[in-house]
Amino acid sequence: MSCVVHGLSGVPVTVEVDVANGLPSFTIVGLTDRSIQEARERVRVAVRSAGFDFPARRITVNLAPAEVPKEGTGFDLAIASALLRHGDGRLALDGVGLIGELALDGSVRGVVGVLPMARRLLEAGIRTLLVPSENAAEAALVEGVSVFGVERLSDAVAHLRGARRLAAAPPPPMGAVPQAPGTDLASVRGQALAKRALEIAAGGRHNVLMLGPPGSGKTMLARALGGLLPDLSVDEALEVAAIYSLRGRLADRPPTSLRPPFRAPHHSVSRAGLVGGGAGLAQPGEVSLAHRGVLLLDEVCEFPRAHLEALRQPVEERRVVVTRVRGTVVFPAELILVAAANPCPCGRLGQAVGEGCRCPAEQVVRYQARLSGPMRDRIDIVVDVPRVEGADLFGEREEESSGRVRERVAAARARQRERAARAGATANALVPGERLLEICGLDARGRDALTRAGERGRLSARGYHRVLRVARTISDLRGDERVTREAVIEALQLRGQAG
Amino acid sequence: MGWRGGVSAGPPGWRLDRGDPRWPACLDDLAACDERDRVVRLFVDGDLPPLPGVALVGARRPTLQGLEVARRIGADLGRRGVTVVSGFAVGVDAEAHRGCLAGGGRTVAVLGCGLAVPYPRAHGPLRTQLTKTGALLSEYPPTDGPLPWHFPLRNRIIAALSRAVIVVEAGEGSGALSTAHRAVELGREVLAVPGSIMGTACAGSNRLLRDGARPYLDPSDLSDVVPECRTELAGIAPGGGCGGSRARRRPGGAGAAPRPEPHAPGQRLLDLLGAEPVHREVLARGLDLPAADVAVLIGELELTGAVRALPGGRVLRARW
Repeated sequence: MSCVVHGLSGVPVTVEVDVANGLPSFTIVGLTDRSIQEARERVRVAVRSAGFDFPARRITVNLAPAEVPKEGTGFDLAIASALLRHGDGRLALDGVGLIGELALDGSVRGVVGVLPMARRLLEAGIRTLLVPSENAAEAALVEGVSVFGVERLSDAVAHLRGARRLAAAPPPPMGAVPQAPGTDLASVRGQALAKRALEIAAGGRHNVLMLGPPGSGKTMLARALGGLLPDLSVDEALEVAAIYSLRGRLADRPPTSLRPPFRAPHHSVSRAGLVGGGAGLAQPGEVSLAHRGVLLLDEVCEFPRAHLEALRQPVEERRVVVTRVRGTVVFPAELILVAAANPCPCGRLGQAVGEGCRCPAEQVVRYQARLSGPMRDRIDIVVDVPRVEGADLFGEREEESSGRVRERVAAARARQRERAARAGATANALVPGERLLEICGLDARGRDALTRAGERGRLSARGYHRVLRVARTISDLRGDERVTREAVIEALQLRGQAG
Repeated sequence: MGWRGGVSAGPPGWRLDRGDPRWPACLDDLAACDERDRVVRLFVDGDLPPLPGVALVGARRPTLQGLEVARRIGADLGRRGVTVVSGFAVGVDAEAHRGCLAGGGRTVAVLGCGLAVPYPRAHGPLRTQLTKTGALLSEYPPTDGPLPWHFPLRNRIIAALSRAVIVVEAGEGSGALSTAHRAVELGREVLAVPGSIMGTACAGSNRLLRDGARPYLDPSDLSDVVPECRTELAGIAPGGGCGGSRARRRPGGAGAAPRPEPHAPGQRLLDLLGAEPVHREVLARGLDLPAADVAVLIGELELTGAVRALPGGRVLRARW
């Protein structure tokens, strides 16, 4: 049995082989794509290279269920093994999963998506799994399956005959890999308010828009945000690793890492590369690679508008749905979006000292509206990051480390978890507007501050909900049961000019 | 609102002919100067405030500073009961109207199109607010569009309805300069707000200064033509001009504005703020308080109206 993946789920595929008398031929059926048709040549040569006879008879291979479209080179190993069983009944294939691509010299090459396949095959009752040895580590992460890494086709056959057993790959310990060297908050000088905004963003999963002139350290701060997020649970980490496995990107991020991923696609990324899709069976995009972590869109204005519009669904629904004629694929995309941009067309508006910016006011307003336009509903926090002048870069004040902030963030997350769950959410930022007032516990003085801000004419109905969400997170960071006036006022400072 | 509909002549109440007791007499100065410039009839939406007032004009695409200045001067005049006359255009004009209304004053907008034409499109709410106490006015029939040659002609009416014309921020070739020239012909006072010599935003208004216009620094500069600007304001929340009327610098006068509670950090923050806007991060560093406290402090002062948040994360002291 082998497997095909659709998004993170997949369909176990049973490989059936018939060898009959007739003119020699080799046919593979079952809604296959080119890469599977080419398997005929790879399998034929690899079987001979491994020292076995390739039957000169009429061979038909069926990949069942036949109505599910299949692609990829991972079926090679299963096809070759099933074929060889015809001449050798000792090959024990029942209840065994086989994944791998064959090279012409009979060795076994790695394929993408082995981790999600292993999870799916386990659900289908497979307890023994033969995978390419370079994929053995990721497959072994799945608990309950004995994973054997295979170097060559002959090794696999020997193992399945019981002649020479391979050693099972040990499950790698989760979280044992060294932490990726992200940016520590302590290494960013000054920017006290921006750091505070990031702490709040991490504390309630709020999406952030960072405005600042070039060289102000927006990118560095965004990278630091990843370091403020608490570790993933093992299940969450496996889910993230499965996405990286699908894209064949486990080299970027070890599957055993418990740190939330950080992705920063360049603005030249294609739409499919960003949100998912692509030719054939859909692939996860950057938003899914950032699942449970941070997605930074640096210079967000440079991204085509259509890309930003396409981000709406993943950001709002926390998943990506790619619909094709041949089926619909769903990828998870629960992330903190950080958009960074210049504050005005000339970029000098945010300078802390002096007034470099001479942009017409109306242009600044229009520019900032365009920024937040497509995502305005979903950006809770807007923060202005000025350029820090030379002298301040060597300030004597000691900066707080990411680790300490992360502890506060974890505590705040724990405080809001149960409350948010009552509204069907996992964090403050995801609580729907209509349930917000009911569960957030706004006290009388907080309500008064909100009313007064409304009277000053800078708070839309949408803005009201965003302020409440952020204020709830601020209170959680402070350990307050109720949302206080101070929390509301601080939240009001983070809503940006768009209201 | 009838003005949105395709009214051909407008409501009968709009038309105002010469000889009507409401006709602003100062408008006839135009004919005295040059017979061809005579205005024979007007269309008016709202109640005409006392005229002549003071014209406040400038760029359609001003800098943030320009907008701030227009708003401040408008409010200073409005607070003194001086009618602000302007052209209802986007940019300085609109901000001058808004400032005057915020200061509790009455203002007159002179349009370059018919009153039934919603132009500029974004100014619907401003129009509603403006006509509650002031008036929109045009010499064009209600359905006439905003044609390019209307605007220079419209400027002569702005000049005629004013004792003085203040140019806030005008680049070379700005329409505000034509208003200033018409004002000179009519013998009106022309003032200009000094602007930066960097960039081109204030090139036109600065050249007016070089050519002999008087600089406008605060309302006292209008005292010889506008009697309302002669006396110092007492008991009114000062909007604070840049360097606010010299006499107003005395701290904590009897009728001073409601200050934020005199807790020290709030006052320290205000002291850090000069006339120029300052970035929040700079304030945070200057105050040496935790970021959360700084944010709350700024927020409190913003709620009381003592400071204003500007785009780009900067904070401006709004009250002195």
